[in-house]
Amino acid sequence: MKTAFPVLVVLAAIVALWYAAVAPMNIRTALDQAERAGAAVEPAGARERLEVSVWRLMIDNPDHVSEGYALDRPRLPTPVQVGEELWKTTGEMVLKGRAMSKRSLIYHASITLQSTLWGFLLGTTLGILGAVAIVHSRVMDMSVMPWAIISQTIPIVALAPMIIVLSAQLGIEGRGVPKAIISAYLCYFPVLVGMVKGLRAPTASQLDLLRTYNASQRETFFKLRLPASLPYLFTSLKIGIASALVGTIVGELPTGAISGLGARILIGDQFGTPLAIWAALLAAAILAGVLVTLLDILQRVTLKRMGMPT
Amino acid sequence: MTLLIFSVVIWCAVWAMNRQIANSPDRDDRAARIFVPVVLGGATLFLWEGLVTGLGVSPVILPAPSDIAATFAASTAILWEDFVQTVLKGALTGYVIGCTAAFVIAVLIDRSSFLTRGLLPIGNFVAALPIVGIAPILVSWFGFDWQSKAAVVVVMVFFPMLVNTVQGLRETDAMQRDLMRTYAAGYLQTLVKLRLPAAMPFVFNGLKIASTLALIGAIVAEYFGSPTRGMGFRISTGVGSLSIDLVWAEIAVAAIVGTLLYGGVSWIEKVVTFWHPSQRR
Repeated sequence: MKTAFPVLVVLAAIVALWYAAVAPMNIRTALDQAERAGAAVEPAGARERLEVSVWRLMIDNPDHVSEGYALDRPRLPTPVQVGEELWKTTGEMVLKGRAMSKRSLIYHASITLQSTLWGFLLGTTLGILGAVAIVHSRVMDMSVMPWAIISQTIPIVALAPMIIVLSAQLGIEGRGVPKAIISAYLCYFPVLVGMVKGLRAPTASQLDLLRTYNASQRETFFKLRLPASLPYLFTSLKIGIASALVGTIVGELPTGAISGLGARILIGDQFGTPLAIWAALLAAAILAGVLVTLLDILQRVTLKRMGMPT
Repeated sequence: MTLLIFSVVIWCAVWAMNRQIANSPDRDDRAARIFVPVVLGGATLFLWEGLVTGLGVSPVILPAPSDIAATFAASTAILWEDFVQTVLKGALTGYVIGCTAAFVIAVLIDRSSFLTRGLLPIGNFVAALPIVGIAPILVSWFGFDWQSKAAVVVVMVFFPMLVNTVQGLRETDAMQRDLMRTYAAGYLQTLVKLRLPAAMPFVFNGLKIASTLALIGAIVAEYFGSPTRGMGFRISTGVGSLSIDLVWAEIAVAAIVGTLLYGGVSWIEKVVTFWHPSQRR
C-alpha cells in the first residue's frame, strides 16, 4: 500500500505526458491528412510546413490538433489506441474463436514464449552446471570465469544473424533453435554469477561444521551449498528470464522471421503500421511482466516453505 | 588432419598446465590470474583453426581465425568507417546522453521520497523489458543516420542507470547522515561529500550494464535502416551476400570494443571507488 499510491501517481503522470506529447508528434500528419481532405490549413503544402515548428503549427491550426489523436498511422499513438489495437489482436480474436490465427498476437506471443522458455531452460542449465563446476574446480574458476564475463561484453546481436546462418547451414530445421541459442546466451550469465555467489554463500564456520560431521563433498553440496544458494538462484532467474525474452525478440528482429513478437515489430516497420509495432511492444512488456511475476511467486512460496526470509 | 590432432593435443596440454597452475601455491599471483585465461583463449582459437581446416568446414559456414584475421587486416578502412559510425557516433553519444540524463534525474527525484518510491518499481520493471523493440519506431522518428541509433541507446541505458543511481543514493545509513547534520552540512555538502561517493559502486554498476546495452542498441537499430555504413549494416548485408569473413571481422571489432568499453569503465571504477571492500586487495 505504501508503494502502490506513489506508483499509481507516477504512472498517471507518465500517461498524461504521453497524451500531451501526441499532439506535437502527430500534428504534421494530421495537417497533411486534413489538407488532402480539402480543409484549409495554415500554411498550405506539406513542404512549406516542414519549415515551421510544430508549436507554431498547433497555434495556427487549433481545430486540427484533435485529429492527431485519431490517426490510422500515427507517429505516436495514444495509449488508448495501443490498447484497442492490442485488444483487437488478442481478446477479439479469442471471442471469434481464432486465438491461434496468424493475425493474433496470442499466436505470436506463444511462438516467442516457446523460444524464450527453451532458451531459459538451456541457459539456466548451463549457468547452474557452470557455477557448480566453478565452485568445485579451481582451474574452471581461473580459466572459464574471465571468459564468461568477456562473453557478455560482446554484443550478442552482432552474432545473431551469424547463429541463424550457421544453424541453417548445419541443417537445423525451424527458426526456434537459433532464437533459443541467442536467448540462452543472454540468460546463462546472470544465473552463472548468481549461483557462484549463492554456492559460496555458506560461511567458513558452516562448512567447518559439516567437515566435523565428516560430510562428503556431495553431502555438503546437497545439504548446505544448494539450499543456501536458492535465494540467489531465484533472484538471478528473474533477471535471466527477462534477458531470455530480450534475446528471443532480438533473435527475431534482424532475421526476417515471420512469426513471433519480434517479427510483428519487424513487419509493422516494413508495412508502415506503427500501431502493430506498439501493440507487439506492449504484448512483449506484458509477457515479461507475467514471467517475472510467476518466478517471483515461485520464489516466495519456495523460500517460505524452506523457512527462509523472503 | 594433422593440424586438427595437433590442436586438440595443444588444447589438452594447456588445460593440464592450467590445472597445475590453479593448484599450485602461486595461483593468486596477478600474473597467473591473467596468464591462465589468456592461454586458454589462445588454445581455443587454435582449436577452432584446427577444427575448421582439419574437418574441411566451408568458409561460408565458419571461417578459420586466420582467414578472419587476414580479412580484418585487409579491410581496416571499412572497419574503421563502421566503427566511427556505430560506436563513436551512435553508441557513445547515446551512452553519454542517456547516462548523464539518468544520473541528473536520479539526483533530482531523490529529493522526494514520494517520487523515489513511485519511480523505483516502474524503473525496475522497465529495465527488464525488451526495449530494443523500440528501435524501428525511433528510426522512423529520427531518420536513418546516427541520431536515431543514439536515441535508441539513450532509451535503453536510461532505466538501468536511473534505478542503480537512485538505489545508490539511498545507500547511506541514518547514522552517517546524522553525522553530517551534526557537522551542520547542508543538502549539497551532504550530497557531494557523503551520498554521491557512497553511491559510486552502484553508479558504476549501472554504467557497466549500460556499456553493453549501448552497443547492442546501436547495432540493432542499424538493422532497421542506416546509411551504407555501420557495423549492424555491414553484418546484415554481409550475411546476405555470404561475405562471412567480413562479418566475423565486424564481430571481432564489436567484441574488442565491448570488452574495452567495459574494461575502461571498470578501470575508472577502480580508481574512483578504491575505498570499497570489493576493490581492496
